[in-house]
Amino acid sequence: MTGTLIARGTVLDLCYLFAAITFILALKGLSNPKRARSGNFIAMFGMAVAIGATFFQPNLRNVVPMVIAMIVGAVIGIPTSRFVKMTAMPQLVAIFNGVGGGAAALVSITEYMKIQHEGPPTYVVLEVLLGVLIGTVSFSGSAIAFIKLQELITGRPITYPGQQVINALLGVGAVALIVIILIHPSVALLWILLAVAFIVGMAIVLPIGGADVPVLISLLNSLTGVAVAASGFTLGNNMLIVAGTLVGASGLLLTQMMCKAMGRSLPNILFSAFGSAVSGGAAGTGEDRPVRSQTPEDIGVMLAYANKVAIIPGYGLAVAQAQHIIRELADELEAKGIDVFYAIHPVAGRMPGHMNVLLAEANVPYDKLLEMDEANPMLKDCDVALVVGANDTVNPAAREAGSPISGMPIINADEAGQVVFLKRSMRPGFAGIENELLFNEKTTLVFGDAKETLTKMVGALAAS
Amino acid sequence: MGNTILQYLTVFILTIFVGIEVIAKVPAILHTPLMSGSNAIHGVIIVGSMIVLGSASGGLEIALGTAAVFLATLNVVGGFTVTDRMLGMFKAKPVDKKKTEEVAK
Repeated sequence: MTGTLIARGTVLDLCYLFAAITFILALKGLSNPKRARSGNFIAMFGMAVAIGATFFQPNLRNVVPMVIAMIVGAVIGIPTSRFVKMTAMPQLVAIFNGVGGGAAALVSITEYMKIQHEGPPTYVVLEVLLGVLIGTVSFSGSAIAFIKLQELITGRPITYPGQQVINALLGVGAVALIVIILIHPSVALLWILLAVAFIVGMAIVLPIGGADVPVLISLLNSLTGVAVAASGFTLGNNMLIVAGTLVGASGLLLTQMMCKAMGRSLPNILFSAFGSAVSGGAAGTGEDRPVRSQTPEDIGVMLAYANKVAIIPGYGLAVAQAQHIIRELADELEAKGIDVFYAIHPVAGRMPGHMNVLLAEANVPYDKLLEMDEANPMLKDCDVALVVGANDTVNPAAREAGSPISGMPIINADEAGQVVFLKRSMRPGFAGIENELLFNEKTTLVFGDAKETLTKMVGALAAS
Repeated sequence: MGNTILQYLTVFILTIFVGIEVIAKVPAILHTPLMSGSNAIHGVIIVGSMIVLGSASGGLEIALGTAAVFLATLNVVGGFTVTDRMLGMFKAKPVDKKKTEEVAK
């Protein structure tokens, strides 16, 4: 009898080992454009094996609520992720990350309830504590990130008087609580830690500006990985340790890469709101300054006489669902023998690579999408730079010191012969900073919905 | 006892190196799918949730375990579906597309 049980346990562990290997292969695949999709499938398969094997765990109880919870989760999760618009992708990743962190926190605390009577050694208490703390921070932080990206609250940094003092107190309180729990562990104190961690997560994310939120999501993703690894230590499960640590380590590296793409450092992103909140105040003053605006038809005709056109898309393009019509415009230009390319800023859209996804959805060919470093040297040869729904990513203020976006690499739209902005209004971009390029003498603005404007431009272009 | 924790620590530390090595060279366009994919992978906490719920006794433990399984399921299912949807849009190569369009004309 015991013999069969041991054998079953070994098979279970082998299944977990297999799953852990698939996760490593999946990450490897995901970093290569050709194998990315199969990488995802490999991980999916490994996950299915791991979940299936767990059902054969000896003496598994509560299978009914388990299966019901899974079915409910799948019924909510699958349609949500299938049908949410691609523009809302960053929010979606945030929320799915948050629930993972929440699950890790619950796993840690529930496991501790079970083992507390055995008087677990301090390192086990530490593992539990880290699982609860990090998992909950990730949960509440992701929730705030979701609310920000969904624009349920402002995307601007949220600051209030005494914020630094309150945050410092929170930090000190959390550390004190951790020390107390290590000395006198109890479930009640763990719940208090969970509550404090919840507030800490919110306090970290609230002062971060909307444009930086994607980097933050990547960081929170990494944190959830660490929380999962901590639960793995508590449960004594190598697969959880491997999967959690993989995500934790690679997530941190990915976060650094994203920061680099924005020309920022991580501490700068996390803490800059406290110092720079004032400089955004200049945004309101530009309203009365003269700008040049023209009709879409005029611009259509103007494009017809260009030799080379750069299209610089931003999040506004996606919001207006104008990916398809911009491709029609590009096709029309090419039919007239005009060179067209898309200059893609690494953080165009709301996440690194987000714009590529959105344009791929509209069947824009790959070879027309140039990354910023490729595109920038070509911009001075362009007759027209057509900026559609972008703002911060072409803002020359980034080249000067003292702006909140100083140092962020930008697309040199201002080097093109003429600059055309398609905008809904004079409202500043996501970062909330005025764009001097709008007032430049070679800039023309076309106000209105990007999709309508582009449709009119295509009409005028086809006729000329 | 001390030995088990050392074993776990060994796995933990070696995996840190693997995690960094494995994504060392990832092009910017794959940053978002990679984030989403690794998001799905930490959904493996579903196994932890199942183990905890599977040995839970008492109303509170069962309630917490069930909640954990539910949250983890959302993470797994949502994470993989979103990633697949993103990557699905990258699938066509430009060369093939031009050819198919020409054929269509």
